[in-house]
Amino acid sequence: MSIEAREARQPWILLAPALTAIFLLLIVPLLFIVVYSFWLRSAVGADTPGFFLDNWKAALTDRFYRDILLNTLKISAITTIACALLGYPAAYFIARSQGNKMILLIMLMLPFWISYIIRTMSWINILGVSGALNSVLMSLGIVSEPIQMLYNETTVILGLTHFLLPFMVLNIFVSLDGIDTSLEDAATSLGATRWQAFLQVTLPLSLPGLAAGGLLCFVLGAGTYITPVVLGGPRDAMFANLVFEAIIRQLNWPLGSALSLLLLMVLGVLVAIYNRYLGMAQLAKGLG
Amino acid sequence: MMRTRLNLGWGAIRLYTILVYMFMFLPIAVVVLLSFNANQFGSFPMTGLSTRWFETLWQNETIMRAFRTSIVLGLLTAVISTTLGVLASLALVRYSVPGRNLITTLLIAPILVPEVVLAVALLLFLNFLQIGKSFTLLLMGHVIFTLPFVILVVQARLVSIKRDVEEAALSLGASPRQTFMSVTLPLLMPAVAAGGLFAFTISFDDITGTLFWKPGGIETVPTQIFSMLRNSISPEINALGTVIIALTVGLPLLGLALARRMNKTSGG
Repeated sequence: MSIEAREARQPWILLAPALTAIFLLLIVPLLFIVVYSFWLRSAVGADTPGFFLDNWKAALTDRFYRDILLNTLKISAITTIACALLGYPAAYFIARSQGNKMILLIMLMLPFWISYIIRTMSWINILGVSGALNSVLMSLGIVSEPIQMLYNETTVILGLTHFLLPFMVLNIFVSLDGIDTSLEDAATSLGATRWQAFLQVTLPLSLPGLAAGGLLCFVLGAGTYITPVVLGGPRDAMFANLVFEAIIRQLNWPLGSALSLLLLMVLGVLVAIYNRYLGMAQLAKGLG
Repeated sequence: MMRTRLNLGWGAIRLYTILVYMFMFLPIAVVVLLSFNANQFGSFPMTGLSTRWFETLWQNETIMRAFRTSIVLGLLTAVISTTLGVLASLALVRYSVPGRNLITTLLIAPILVPEVVLAVALLLFLNFLQIGKSFTLLLMGHVIFTLPFVILVVQARLVSIKRDVEEAALSLGASPRQTFMSVTLPLLMPAVAAGGLFAFTISFDDITGTLFWKPGGIETVPTQIFSMLRNSISPEINALGTVIIALTVGLPLLGLALARRMNKTSGG
């Protein structure tokens, strides 16, 4: 074999294990549940293979599923906006501060490393009946009985925001850090106020980072299973809880497949729109 | 020019940022604080400091077993995921591969698919292949879930290793194999370590996929905490939280230190 041919073959040998894993453990399974979603659940024994539209009809028309899907999208949207509002000024501060930039960034990334379940549960210590907030309120005499602040939609959003904020800050920081500060200085020296310079120069240039952070927060938020179980009430179920219910508790795998694919498609549309206008490179930048 | 930034607006942004940091850290700080609480119910008001919850934790066989499971799972995930990830990253960084963008998208696809969907797909497909809920399924799930993160981290590190050194070795008569073993691999080690730590931490933290994949009777640390939360929040959970916080903060900091050292030695 010639050296050129060997050189051309080399990368494929290196890529083969990873690509095989992705194919066998992601792509084929996804195609498999597409097929499975058309099968029919049997009360006893194995599910019936075939081409039945029952599961899709249920997933798409059942009011219960639709309400939970809409509720999931609403919670993710509010969480994403909350992350943007909290994260932008913080990312701006980190990107424009003198000197200890790295330390500030690492500090904000630390919670990102701390176990998701621990961070979610930590809010029970704060907001629970015997939590920090209630004991402060009671010792100040503001309330005489502890109040139940947990287990509602607001605490779900709070927990999700706490979980996803580092993703947002990191992405905004990456794009703000890449903007030449002399652009802002040029705008001010031409008579713009600092605020105008920010609105018309810096903010538009940082939008790709904001969009990447927003996409991540939304997609991760909409797929969340744990937060509504730990911090939500019985009526705060999100779509992933439905999927878990169908697959693990009811063992209705055909319906569970259809529900999973519905979630994948809804979020896939968002990712596709994002990819069309901004490309995946921005996302990779913020994750690496 | 810098002085003008120290105006009222900048002060407001600083204050806002401090509040955001407090929002991030306060709940975690409370977990650590309450884990040393002497109060019998482990709640406020605190009555004194004690390490009794760490002692009960140490004696809790269920939790210790979950710890061992998580560590074995994390280590195996790290080894497999890092091996696959480093090889793939080498191909993407060192060679001009046709269809590079498509391959990259494929390799990071597990991040873009919601974890529940990935969990369902893998569970149903492997069950179809007669591989039911088991440690094997759990391991395969964790590998596929951590692989994209490893690839992104390793790729970022690889770019800074210059090719000149290898070419020098080759031109001085080293065989490609010798060059890889004695030049490339040592330069690669920090990237490998960073990728491995990343995979381990993500695997150790994972809960959503794990809940779908784990067989009955096997618990990892996060699923164990999750099932303990069903009853009520006990000071033992806070103590366990403190141990995990110490671990998960310590490991990445170690990784970061390694990465920094590598950046210095490679001159990048």
